[in-house]
Amino acid sequence: MADILFGAWLIARKDLSIEFRTRSAFLSALVFALLGLVIFYYAWDPTAVAATDLAPGVLWVIFTFSGLLGLHRSFGVETADHAIDGLLASPISREAIFLGKAIANLIFVGAVEAIAIPALALFYNLPLGDVAALLAAIAILAAIGLVAVGTLFSAMAVNTRLAELLLPMLALPFFVPIVIAASQATSKLLSGRPVVEAGAWLKLLLAFDIVFVAACTLAYPFTVED
Amino acid sequence: MSSEISTVAAPVVEVAGLTREFGPRQAVAGVTFSLAPGECLALFGPNGAGKTTLLRVLAGLLRPTSGTARISGIALPGGPLARSRVGLISHHTMLYEALSARENVSFSARLYGLRDASARVEDSLRRMSMLERADASVRSLSRGMQQRVSIARAMVHSPQLVLADEPYSGLDESGARALTSLLQELRSVGTAIIVVTHNLGEGLSLATHAAVMQRGKFVRYDASRNIDANSYAATYREAVAAGG
Repeated sequence: MADILFGAWLIARKDLSIEFRTRSAFLSALVFALLGLVIFYYAWDPTAVAATDLAPGVLWVIFTFSGLLGLHRSFGVETADHAIDGLLASPISREAIFLGKAIANLIFVGAVEAIAIPALALFYNLPLGDVAALLAAIAILAAIGLVAVGTLFSAMAVNTRLAELLLPMLALPFFVPIVIAASQATSKLLSGRPVVEAGAWLKLLLAFDIVFVAACTLAYPFTVED
Repeated sequence: MSSEISTVAAPVVEVAGLTREFGPRQAVAGVTFSLAPGECLALFGPNGAGKTTLLRVLAGLLRPTSGTARISGIALPGGPLARSRVGLISHHTMLYEALSARENVSFSARLYGLRDASARVEDSLRRMSMLERADASVRSLSRGMQQRVSIARAMVHSPQLVLADEPYSGLDESGARALTSLLQELRSVGTAIIVVTHNLGEGLSLATHAAVMQRGKFVRYDASRNIDANSYAATYREAVAAGG
């Protein structure tokens, strides 16, 4: 287990170093998220729909699609000059490769969330002060599930000719339960409902995370075996 | 035709009746050979003959369909232990172009769990005359220099078996000399080598064994003491004319 975690950290660090230098995926995802917020804001009629009703849906639609931008790139960096062969030929386990990629993607999605959530609060004038910690917990739990599924499908789609189309088509149906749970929990929080109501959705998110992380980690080796 | 050799030292690689199929096509069809420490097999053949597939099976990147392959006694696919004994060089550099040459080799050294990674990285880069450009990003290096870094990456963990698929691809004369010298040095310390090349001269100068592969099979297999370079050239030309 220690070997797997060490290998995963090596790969995550490498991926983050590459992203830190190129910043291509992060900036694309961030610009997409902020533009999405602006578009939804100008399409919003505050006299018809309350901000607390609209914001959860906006937030999770934006995270879902901006996350896909980064997830597509996750295995894209490995296809250039067949770098993935170097990883697969090394003694590191396939599970460590998957977890390393997932950890890097989680940090990536987390960084986009860390900027987009305050931006959302600013646009929709949401008082996040009291619920910030719980909203952060929802964001982290949802990101774990989205990243686990997205990383697996990124690995499956990357060698196909239509990878950019195939990844959303494969991943989005699996994102649906996570996004529903996350947006419901966010909605309960922002509308001032008792925390226990959001807690039920948080438990569901946690259950999704456990299932998706375990299933995707076990499934990944089959995607790289010819 | 397949051949088998007997060796005194325990073989580093033993392949028996190895077959790899892709659907109905046999890319490798019943190949048998073995190599002892310090021996080198030069593998020739037309494009599509199955040379790269054979190397990918031995590197643990593909599963054999049937037959057996062992690296230092470990049957393939043998997991991390077998893979840790192999160094893979390809005409693809397998490098990350946003990272520097040193970072690429260092990343590889850490994947292999080397304790003295920094010293090994420096030594590996020095052997391929890449120390001066070690901090340059791979993107800024020429194709030949990238290939040198790729070779340094493959050698950093001192593998027992080197699989070199067209390793001279992109190298200038100086790089080719450095590679030949490195491969000879590796042989002298007991590393077994399988080199795929289209250059008979380069291949035969390194090899203790040579084979011509066609349609997945060894159509000729010899120990170098028996190799008549001219007749080998004729066999190779016939194989290339017949196609993979």
